[in-house]
Amino acid sequence: MTENNELIRSSAAALAGKLAAREVTAVEVTQAHLDRIAAVDGKVNAFLHVNTEEALAVAAEVDAIRAAGGAAAEELHALAGVPIAVKDLIVTVGQPTTAGSKILEGWHSPYDATVVQRLRAAKMPILGKTNLDEFAMGSSTEHSAYGPTHNPWDLDRIPGGSGGGSAAAVAAFEAPLALGTDTGGSIRQPGAVTGTVGVKPTYGGVSRYGAIAMASSLDQIGPVSRTVLDSALLHQVIGGHDPHDSTSLPDPLEDLVAAASIGNVRGMKIGIIKELHGEGYQAGVENRFNESLELLKEAGAEIVEVSCPNFKYALGAYYLIMPSEASSNLAKFDGVRFGLRVLPEDGPMTIERVMGATRAAGFGDEVKRRIILGTYALSAGYYDAYYGSAQKVRTLIQRDFDAAFAKADVLISPTAPTTAFKLGEKLNDPLAMYLNDVATIPANMAGVPGLSLPGGLADEDGLPVGVQLLAPARQDARLYRVGAVLESLLEAQWGGPLLDKAPSLTAAPSLNDSSSADSSSAGAALSHGGSH
Amino acid sequence: MAAINRDDVAHLARLAHIEMSAEELDRMAGELAVIVDSVKSVSEAAGDDVPATSHPIPLTNVFREDVVGHTFTAEQALSGAPDAYEGRFKVPAILDEG
Repeated sequence: MTENNELIRSSAAALAGKLAAREVTAVEVTQAHLDRIAAVDGKVNAFLHVNTEEALAVAAEVDAIRAAGGAAAEELHALAGVPIAVKDLIVTVGQPTTAGSKILEGWHSPYDATVVQRLRAAKMPILGKTNLDEFAMGSSTEHSAYGPTHNPWDLDRIPGGSGGGSAAAVAAFEAPLALGTDTGGSIRQPGAVTGTVGVKPTYGGVSRYGAIAMASSLDQIGPVSRTVLDSALLHQVIGGHDPHDSTSLPDPLEDLVAAASIGNVRGMKIGIIKELHGEGYQAGVENRFNESLELLKEAGAEIVEVSCPNFKYALGAYYLIMPSEASSNLAKFDGVRFGLRVLPEDGPMTIERVMGATRAAGFGDEVKRRIILGTYALSAGYYDAYYGSAQKVRTLIQRDFDAAFAKADVLISPTAPTTAFKLGEKLNDPLAMYLNDVATIPANMAGVPGLSLPGGLADEDGLPVGVQLLAPARQDARLYRVGAVLESLLEAQWGGPLLDKAPSLTAAPSLNDSSSADSSSAGAALSHGGSH
Repeated sequence: MAAINRDDVAHLARLAHIEMSAEELDRMAGELAVIVDSVKSVSEAAGDDVPATSHPIPLTNVFREDVVGHTFTAEQALSGAPDAYEGRFKVPAILDEG
């Protein structure tokens, strides 16, 4: 097993430069990441499927086009040959899509998601499909039917969720880029707890066609990376209008890479959201957050305080709207059209009973909880009090954002109230698990874009802290501008990227725990989830 | 708002087509009671004058040209089905006829 450290630790932008200069081939780059996956994913479990053959074939195609030169070589996308991982909620031809659920085990989509088509058009080799909480329902990846993903900073801790696989893959240098989906924080919170970057674009800014829907009015596909610039590069590949998604915004995409390259925040107003820090936030999170504010201030930004008084209702309203939409969206898993079919053990063999048995066996606890909760919130007699009220809260949250953005260009908060907790710690307390998303949910409720970037390590546990930036709808460019500046100021202090401080996953093999002896690595269904 | 109890959960599970064991119903009822209690405040947050928002960025009249686009073959559409027969989804009995 060889590992090319320089290649796997390079940013996507740096790899693109090396490929264009023909210092390295796309096959070498892709193989280096496949080798890394083989070396460490037995411990991390970020991947549910590794797409070796197709990824190498796409890389070889890019190399051949480059070697031949001419117009075809010049027309290659800047990220051609830069490999990427895809969250297993996004459908792909040629690879299974499970959504982290038993009900879709082994299922192959007959079509590609629009974002996947765009990766293919850019000739980015797809390394494989990443682990997630079942149907993206969770904040820890522990609700995956295929075992939890482990945080590369501490393998006993959660990598966040639902997109823990994508974040961990990027943090463990198994991929320079990944796709995630964010319904209440599933890109940003994993980014925060793994020391990586994640962006939830404006609702409708990236097509959702081919993302298996959880809550259609909240779901959003977005980039996962190690640097702000890399997220901007990926956002430009996947963003823009798609006629296949009726909620896709017709607006032309802004130049996000240019925004990430502006390099100053002088005169910008940055608003601290009073309700999203302080009480309930871990001391180390608060400290790193305050340091980021100081750096932005020194760089010439004006820090103002804004109040969003209705954010206190956001979590409650989210846990009515999201399950309501999820219960409708998941009705299609009926044991007829795709996936699992389980027959009842006895009694009449009607379609209704087959459906009941299939869904009982195919769905995990968290999915069942949310379907029941959503069915409850939508039922006659409760609709107005629950779903109706929650939709009104949505209006109040939008008004809070409008008022805040009248005073500030960008808002800032910690991404999550705590650093990564231990696997199993909150598994039997759904409400405690839901509280992880308190700072990320408001953006989904209002449709505004958000970005999480590493803010440093908490003093008390040495684990990564995330800083969240929020911008008005359609102003994603502001996130990249401020994010890139803050990132460079922080890295100047740290003397390099935060991930340089993460433990090596390959050193001291004698200290490996028993799970790493599992040589089947990617796709291995670890069975210890939920044992606490 | 009324609390959620075990009978409610059993009824909802039937509506949602999820078979549940007695043990599962007990556990689910306990967990959901806590969750429902914590989201109660939502009903008091907004007055009657606040309009509901169903989509964060509403778009209206999203149409496409009325032409045939990409379609799946029957084989593709049936490729993930647990059972199929002569180009159709095959299901168990619709009615309970013993």
